Amino acid sequence: MDVLWASRLQFAVAAFFHFLFVPLTLGLSLLTAIYETIYVKTGDEDYKRAARFWGRLFLINFALGVVTGITLEFQFGTNWRYYSEYVGDIFGSLLAIEATLAFFLESTFIAVWAFGWNRLSPKVHCLAIWLTALASNISALWILIANGWMQHPVGYVIRNGRAELQDFAAVVFNKFAWLEFLHTVPAAYVLSGFFVLGVSAWHLLRKNEVEFFRKSFRVAAVWTAVFSLFLFVEGHLHGTEVAHTQPTKLAAMEALWETEKGAPWTLFAIPDEKNERNLFEIKIPKLLSLLAFHSTEAEVKGLKAFPPEERPPVNLTFWSFRIMVGLGLWFVLLSLWAFKNRENPLQSPRMLKALIFTLPLPYIAIEAGWMVAEVGRQPWIVYGLMKTAEAVSPLSPVQVTVTLLAFVVFYAVLGVIDFWLLAHYARKGPEPVKA
Amino acid sequence: MEHNVFQIIWFVLWGVLWAVYFVLDGFDLGAGILLPCVAKNETERRAIYQAVGPFWDGNEVWLITAGGATFAAFPKTYAVMFSGLYTALYLLLFALIIRGVAIEFRGKVESPGWRRFWDFLFWIGSLIPALILGVAFANIFKGLPIDEKGLFRGSFLSLLNPYALLGGVLFILAFSVHGATWLAYRINGELRERLARDAKILWIFEAVVVVAFLLFSLKLTPLWNNYLKAPILFVFPLLAVVGLLLIPYFLNRERWLAAFLSSGALILGFTAWGVAGLFPNLFPSSLNPEWSLTIFNSSSSPLTLKIMTVVAVIFVPIVLAYTFWTYRTFSYRITKEELSYAEGY
Repeated sequence: MDVLWASRLQFAVAAFFHFLFVPLTLGLSLLTAIYETIYVKTGDEDYKRAARFWGRLFLINFALGVVTGITLEFQFGTNWRYYSEYVGDIFGSLLAIEATLAFFLESTFIAVWAFGWNRLSPKVHCLAIWLTALASNISALWILIANGWMQHPVGYVIRNGRAELQDFAAVVFNKFAWLEFLHTVPAAYVLSGFFVLGVSAWHLLRKNEVEFFRKSFRVAAVWTAVFSLFLFVEGHLHGTEVAHTQPTKLAAMEALWETEKGAPWTLFAIPDEKNERNLFEIKIPKLLSLLAFHSTEAEVKGLKAFPPEERPPVNLTFWSFRIMVGLGLWFVLLSLWAFKNRENPLQSPRMLKALIFTLPLPYIAIEAGWMVAEVGRQPWIVYGLMKTAEAVSPLSPVQVTVTLLAFVVFYAVLGVIDFWLLAHYARKGPEPVKA
Repeated sequence: MEHNVFQIIWFVLWGVLWAVYFVLDGFDLGAGILLPCVAKNETERRAIYQAVGPFWDGNEVWLITAGGATFAAFPKTYAVMFSGLYTALYLLLFALIIRGVAIEFRGKVESPGWRRFWDFLFWIGSLIPALILGVAFANIFKGLPIDEKGLFRGSFLSLLNPYALLGGVLFILAFSVHGATWLAYRINGELRERLARDAKILWIFEAVVVVAFLLFSLKLTPLWNNYLKAPILFVFPLLAVVGLLLIPYFLNRERWLAAFLSSGALILGFTAWGVAGLFPNLFPSSLNPEWSLTIFNSSSSPLTLKIMTVVAVIFVPIVLAYTFWTYRTFSYRITKEELSYAEGY
């Protein structure tokens, strides 16, 4: 395997594995904080138990999120040396700001929370989980500002043979980055909401700790419904931004080959990349122009408008996008169903079963979303500015192949153990009420 | 202000980040290295985990920030260093992953075999980073075979030269003593007596290796040249030596916190000695001094350095404040009763 492909695969493995744990961290920290706040306000012990129960799952999940995050910071230097040299002036500072603002806060206060049950007043203890949640979300903001810059670079000037910062405010308030943030973070909240709903449903169906899980369920049902709906509306805005800034990604997402006025939206197709056409397709006329540019007659650029070496992989992008959107629709419907039954979830066992089976689906949706974002950006590492192939470090293929294999084996083992522990403690249920 | 001023500010901050990282994470890495040697039973092992539990994760962030600051302030050094030292860095990374996971997972299943397994990984995951960091810094002090394009002309094995290995041993010993003094400060009873005794024995080796390393550096590295130019810098090696000498002094008087702080002074002084000796280099080339990466030829633009300075000036004091508060809140003495309702791990 050549160095470029091994490095690409290694980055993909590291990023996708890391992103199995990050979304639950983002959402479950906030949900735990909400449960603990209700406890502090009302004194209802069930909510303290809820904070402890969901908080423990949060901690198990957090462990792998943190350690796999270090890999990503290392990799820009180890495997993407020329990228780091060329854009480090901008990208590196965003990572450093993330570490300074968020990582210290997160790592310090998660320990304060885990070790502080008997040492801190309830209010200070509750503050610790809020600070942890805040820090996780600040971290998401800065890393998405960094990624947003790779998607749509702004505020730079090419000087001294590299991209140098010219306008910091433009980088920080990059519209693309904020839309990405407002898409990714609520998606993480939806995943976390379905996690809580799914685990609660499992216990409710077994009539285990019914009162406890009814309370957890009610909060999570409201939460999930709100963010599923938000996500759907925001997703549309984000898509519109992609249409304006990343035409090759849009064309690949839609498997659109020819540039058309009044372009149709493809519900289903089998893209044939070799022959630059779709083998079979079901289309809705003019819908793509309407969705992307808010006019039925707007022109949408097709893939053939770009040289083949500037097109992203079509099948992967097209299918990932459809999986994400399809699941997103299902999440809206199911979360509204849960919202309707939030006071008495046991009256609908069918809904509870659906929630249990849905628990893994947001993981698939959110990884598919990243596939669209990152694979759809190819062949660029920084859209329009630098190609991935130009960024890779001068390493030997053996070096990279060895670390790639090590990652696959190592992460697989850790992932299995972590998910097993999560399932184990989720099934075990909350600690019994203290006599 | 001039670009140069900010480059120098970031050189100093770069050194400070590494020094704080070694002083803080040093004691929990040391605790991990000592674990299998000093703890005799499960209660004692749990006491050791409890003594580092609330801190290790925050401590490790200083490493991430040191890496991030290198990327932000000196992107070319970050790019050349990380790609050049590829294999060593991945070993460090895998060790840190194993270690973090071991701390979190070991208490999650009630089984002696499960715990022994993670204890072993915690030990390995603490030993390897200490070794690699020592070897890496000694190699940087000495200079690395970097050509004019910033390509690393050596191999992983060429990093394991005698001087660098001495640096690795130095880090292992310094962290072990550091960890032992921290644990002696935190833990009561028979285990503390053993820790104090081990710390004193390890200290003898530590003292020999520190002195040997400083002397070999005279012959094998250009580090001491800066000291002749600016004798004020001698405060750093002086701090290291004073810290070194005070460790057994306080151990003999059972002043555990003072012994720990002395060990911290040694690590701080030693790191400052090395970094000040490097100036203005960050990654010196052993092939040709012209090819060295310095703070002047590898830094970010003036605007980025200015913005980063503002961020650091505002947030580093805040970070230090809540870190200090956490240490005060959780530095209680660990007794058997404490362990019975211990939280976290």
